[in-house]
Amino acid sequence: MNALNTLFGEKKVKAKKLVFNSVDEYPEVPLTLGTTLINFTGDWRTFIPVVDEAKCVKCYICWKFCPEPSIYIKGDGYVAIDYDYCKGCGICANECPTKAITMVREEK
Amino acid sequence: MPKKVVSGNYAAAYAAKHARVEVVAAYPITPQTSIIEKIAEFIANGEAEIQYVPVESEHSAMAACIGASAAGARAFTATSAQGLALMHEMLHWASGARLPIVMVDVNRAMAPPWSVWDDQTDSLAQRDTGWMQFYAENNQEVYDGVLMAFKVAEHRKVNLPVMVIESAFILSHTYDIVDMPPQEEIDGFLPPREPLYTLTDFDNPTAVGALATPADYYEFRYKIAMAMEEAKKVIREVGKEFGERFGRDYSQMIELYKADDADFIFMGMGSLMGTVKEAVDVLRKEGYKVGAAKVRWFRPFPREELYELAKNVEGIAVLDRNFSFGQEGILFNEAKGVLYNTDAKPIMKNYIVGLGGRDLTVSDIRAIARNMKEIIERGRLDREVEWYHLKR
Amino acid sequence: MIEVRFHGRGGQGAVTAANILAEAAFLEGKYVQAFPFFGVERRGAPVTAFTRIDEKPIRIKTQIYEPDIVVVLDPSLLETVDVTAGLKEGGIVIVNTEKSRDEVLAKLKKKPAKLALVDATGIALEILGLPITNTSILGAFAKATGIVKIESVETAIKETFSGELGEKNAKAAREAFEKTVVHEL
Repeated sequence: MNALNTLFGEKKVKAKKLVFNSVDEYPEVPLTLGTTLINFTGDWRTFIPVVDEAKCVKCYICWKFCPEPSIYIKGDGYVAIDYDYCKGCGICANECPTKAITMVREEK
Repeated sequence: MPKKVVSGNYAAAYAAKHARVEVVAAYPITPQTSIIEKIAEFIANGEAEIQYVPVESEHSAMAACIGASAAGARAFTATSAQGLALMHEMLHWASGARLPIVMVDVNRAMAPPWSVWDDQTDSLAQRDTGWMQFYAENNQEVYDGVLMAFKVAEHRKVNLPVMVIESAFILSHTYDIVDMPPQEEIDGFLPPREPLYTLTDFDNPTAVGALATPADYYEFRYKIAMAMEEAKKVIREVGKEFGERFGRDYSQMIELYKADDADFIFMGMGSLMGTVKEAVDVLRKEGYKVGAAKVRWFRPFPREELYELAKNVEGIAVLDRNFSFGQEGILFNEAKGVLYNTDAKPIMKNYIVGLGGRDLTVSDIRAIARNMKEIIERGRLDREVEWYHLKR
Repeated sequence: MIEVRFHGRGGQGAVTAANILAEAAFLEGKYVQAFPFFGVERRGAPVTAFTRIDEKPIRIKTQIYEPDIVVVLDPSLLETVDVTAGLKEGGIVIVNTEKSRDEVLAKLKKKPAKLALVDATGIALEILGLPITNTSILGAFAKATGIVKIESVETAIKETFSGELGEKNAKAAREAFEKTVVHEL
C-alpha cells in the first residue's frame, strides 16, 4: 500500500524548482508557479516529534492537524513523520490523545 | 433571418442564450434587471440549459462567474453602476486569472444623487481592470456585441474578459428591431469554449491565483498587456468574420460616418452616436462638412485608427457622457494622449454631455457644430472643456 | 418618420401599447422604435410612452418633443397634463373618453387637425372585465390614423398576450376600431 499523503513518494523525488529566465518561459496564466516540495523546512526545527507506536491507536488526529502537512500514514497503518518538512511546531504532540508523540530537543 | 422587436436588455439576454452560456450568476439592479429576468425565464421554460446562480451581491456574482469560468464553463453576468462598482475587486481577479467572462453593463449614473439614467462613468471607472470594453450604439449592437465578445475573449491569444456596454433606458428599455441569426449559424461562428486551463482537471491539479513575488509579478502584467495588444487584431478579425457571416461588419474598432472629406468630426461612444449620425445628415444639408467617429472598443484602445482619422481632419469634438473629476472627459483625455507623440494635431474640444441621462438632441449637436466651426476658423480654442448643457 | 406619444397612468399599459404599436408597424415592414419616458413609474401616476415609425432605420435616440400623434389612455389626464404639448401642425389626438367632441376640445390647449374619440374604458370593462385600455385604444389608433391596419394590431396583440387573453384583447381592439368616431377639425 502506498502512502496516503500524496505530497510524498515519487513526487518528492521528482520535484524541481521552476525558474523562468525570460518572459517567454512564463506560463500565460499565474497557475501553480512551483512546489513547496523542494522547500525542505525541516532545518527550521529545534524540537523533533517522535512517535511511539506502542501507544499509537491509529486515530490519525495528528495527521489531520499537521499544518505542513508532513505526517503520513504508512502501509501498516501507523503514522510517520517526514522530517524533511516537519518544522517541529509540536501541534501533533499536543493533540495526540494517547501521548504517543513526544517532542525532544534535536541534536544538530 | 428572423427579426424581433426587443428591448436592449432582451437583446442581451437572447445573445447570452444564443451564445450557449453555461453559467449565469447575477444580482438584480435597475436598469439591468430585465436581462437576468429574461434569462431566468428561458431556463424556467426549458428553452436554455444554463446553471443560474442566485447570489447575495454583485461582488459574489463576479466571484461565482470566476469560479465557473476557471472550471471551464462559459460564464455571463450583467450589472449597472453601483453594482459594477461593488464588483471592482473581482474584475481585476477575472482578468488576472485570464478568464473570458462576458458581462453586460447597462451604463447608469453613479450616486449620489441617486439616478438610474444613462452615464458612462460607471464603466469607464473600470477601465484599468484589464477588461475589454465594447460600447453599443443600438440594440442590434448589444446583441452582436455579446456574441463577438465571447469569441474575442475566448481566443487562444487573448483570454481576457469583455464588458459589453449599453445605455440605461435609451437602449435597455427601448424596443427596436434586432436581427437574430439561426442558432446553427451562431454555433458555426461561436463553437464551444476551449479553456486555457481548467480547475476540474483532477489528474493535473493546480492552483489559480498563486502568489507571485516581485521576481515574477511583473512578467504576468506584461503578458496581459500583450494579450490586450493581440486582442486588437483578434477584434478586427472577429468583426470581419461576423460581417461575412451575418452581414454586419465590425472590423473597424472606430466606426466612421461621412468622415472621408470632413473638416471636423464628432467623436463619442454608445447610443448618443445614433443621434449624432442623424445630426451629421442635417448639418451636411446645411453646408457643414462634418462626420462622426464612433469608438466601439474603448479597451483595447484603437490608437492606430484614431491616428489615421486625426491626420485628415482639422478638428475633433469629443462628446463625453462621463467625467473624470479633477481632469476632463475620459475619452477626450485618452484621445489627446494617443495623438501627443504623433504629427496629427487637430484642434480638439471636449463637450461634456448627457450626464445622468440628460437628453442630447439633434439641435444640441447643431449648436456644438456651430461652436466647432468658429473655433476652427479662428484657429484656437475658446475653452478646452465645455459643460454644454449647464443652466446658466 | 411618424412620432407618437402615449399618455396613461401607471398600470393602464401605456408602455405596452407603445410596444404593441411598434410590433404592428414592424409586421407591415416598417422600422420601429418604442420606449417609455425614462422616469420612475408607479401605479396610478401619469406616465408617457413613445413610438417612432419610419420607412428607414431609426438612429435617433432622443425623447419625442414634437409628436405627430398623441394618444390619451385616461380621460382624467386632460385635466392635469398638457397632452398637446409640442403637437405638430396637422397632428392627431386620440382620446379614451365618454365625453363629446366639444367637451374634449375645451380641455385641449392646442387644436389638432383630427380628434378621435372612443369609450375604451367601457369596451375594456365589457370584454376584458378590467379597465386596462391599452389594447382597445390601439383599435382607435388604427381607425383614426390608418398608419397600421387593424389586422396588424390584432396580430401584434396576440403575439404579446398568448391564448384567451390575446383573443380577448384583440377583440377589444376590433370593437374600438368599429366604435371610434373621428372628427376632422
